[in-house]
Amino acid sequence: MSKLTDFGKQRRETTKMVPVPSVSIMPERDLGSAPALECLHLGIEFGGLKAVDDFNITVGRTEICGLIGPNGAGKTTVFNLLTKVYQPTRGTIMVDGKDTAGMNPAKVNQLGVARTFQNIRLFNTMTVEENVMVGLHNQRHCGLATSVLRLPHHWKSERWYQERALELLDIFDMTGLATHEAGSLPYGAQRRLEIVRALATNPKLLLLDEPAAGMNPSETADLMENIVKIRDTFQIAIMLIEHDMNLVMNICEGLCVLNFGKIIAKGTPEEIQQNEAVIEAYLGKQKGGEA
Amino acid sequence: MGFMHLKPQTHSTVITYAIVVVAFIVVTLLDGMGLISNSLSGQLVPICAYVSLAVSLNLVVGVSGELSLGHAGFMSVGAFTGVIVAGCLARMGVESELLLFAGSAVVGAVVAGIIGFLVGIPVMRLRGDYLAIVTLAFGEIIKNLLNNFYIGVDDAGLHFSMTDSSSLGMSQGTILINGPKGAVGIDKISTFVLGVVVVLITVAVVLNLMHSRDGRAIMAVRDNRIAAESVGINTTKYRLIAFTVASALAGMAGVLYAMNYSTVIPSQFDFNQSILILVYVVLGGMGNISGSIISAAFLTVLPEVLRPINNYRMLIYAVVLILVMVVPHTKVYQRAADALRERFHKAAPKPAAEGGEADE
Repeated sequence: MSKLTDFGKQRRETTKMVPVPSVSIMPERDLGSAPALECLHLGIEFGGLKAVDDFNITVGRTEICGLIGPNGAGKTTVFNLLTKVYQPTRGTIMVDGKDTAGMNPAKVNQLGVARTFQNIRLFNTMTVEENVMVGLHNQRHCGLATSVLRLPHHWKSERWYQERALELLDIFDMTGLATHEAGSLPYGAQRRLEIVRALATNPKLLLLDEPAAGMNPSETADLMENIVKIRDTFQIAIMLIEHDMNLVMNICEGLCVLNFGKIIAKGTPEEIQQNEAVIEAYLGKQKGGEA
Repeated sequence: MGFMHLKPQTHSTVITYAIVVVAFIVVTLLDGMGLISNSLSGQLVPICAYVSLAVSLNLVVGVSGELSLGHAGFMSVGAFTGVIVAGCLARMGVESELLLFAGSAVVGAVVAGIIGFLVGIPVMRLRGDYLAIVTLAFGEIIKNLLNNFYIGVDDAGLHFSMTDSSSLGMSQGTILINGPKGAVGIDKISTFVLGVVVVLITVAVVLNLMHSRDGRAIMAVRDNRIAAESVGINTTKYRLIAFTVASALAGMAGVLYAMNYSTVIPSQFDFNQSILILVYVVLGGMGNISGSIISAAFLTVLPEVLRPINNYRMLIYAVVLILVMVVPHTKVYQRAADALRERFHKAAPKPAAEGGEADE
């Protein structure tokens, strides 16, 4: 496994990518509607260090887009910028055509960006079901007084949250774990639960930070199926950071390669596999291995 | 559907209410048989007040995960508001003790809730140790403010001064709050039954809040703030809700507490009082409502029960506190607790581990 072209053999078909007026490419089928995400000259500095610099990307409404690069390239920082965990030093982020300037993470989520975390962040003392119900928080309202007085609307809402949570857990066949404590789940199940919780917020753009980390090959294969299934069912854009090249080359339609905080290449998986700069960044000039 | 097959959540809720109701029945029966000493029966209302305070503080410390050291401040706001309201109502000719108490308790809770909300706005910008220190400061500020309040009522209405009681300008009214001398001449209208009602209301509000949309949001913020934000939860709002509701409930408990004595003074509601309530919460278990009830009741009764050996009273109290903290961490205790748990929770199997993965 020394060449990037070795990956992605199971790929079914290649999406036709077309240049869009701004700065990037996106799937032809998404041309009719506003992109799910558009970043222009996004950048952040930590005490003079440009962790991310001049980051431009357009993600189509139903695109699966990969963000790859060597360790420390700034991939997770990009996610933290997109979700406003960090406030960008410069540049704009447009979600679904709306500028997110000045928003906090909660607002950005309400606008339609949901994410998972590289180091899993679940509500560990709560049950699996409750974790998803927290994700459903903004999908239905039930006031404080209504809940405390246990009015009929409270019971109706609780039933709705629970039914909806079970439906979502069913995507990953996790309904059987609904009443277990989230912190007690095995690692792979925790990763899947994070995705379900993110989906519960009804996003337009789902950011997955290393979804396959710590998974074995068969689990990764299942995950790949599920990511595509989620995109097809919910018709949302998915952007993922992943080191598993097999996953990236098989399911991503557009790829963006980051090194030292800068985009070094953008294109379809086939183009990226041939790109000299990428091969050098990943594999070095001589023979090496990276997966 | 048997009791053991209920959801664990419902299960613990039922147990919590049962503890309060059974304790009420047992005490009432014992009292009827004349088996409760005078000094202990005098403690019944304070026990109820402390149980409510512990349960409401648990909403902040256990459920919301913020260390608050100013709970006695909100208790005193409720206590003194209650005294004023009761004084005014009495002057307006309300005679029913139940009405007097209900009016005081409601207004006391609302005012304490408002103060809690106002204090919470700056406090909730902080986290952890900083938050604890600032709540401590606000508790002291409230105490010192009350030390300087002179409030009286006559036929013309309420009179307020911050210098002394003579500057109230009343000809023939009653002084309700007299600066550092506190509230004097309170109608002692608190009873054990009212106390249990206050406890039940507090427990119901806290449990209902915990098991609702807003309660889940509060616990989510406690478990992982960044993740909670990432799913669209306004973390400040939910921490503030927990803080405000807890303050209001503390206010109600303060009314109950004050109405049990003929005099209450502001310096009773100092830092030590806040710590005492915090001790109940910590010993009862963070986020464990029935634990708070039991520990508050037990630790309020203990010094009274130990009165015959007066010299060693506080020594034993301290030793008990240490033991309660240490014993649960011993192997013997843990083994016994596991055995008990297994016996009662056979129905809930652990999730099957999935092959080929390391635990985090």
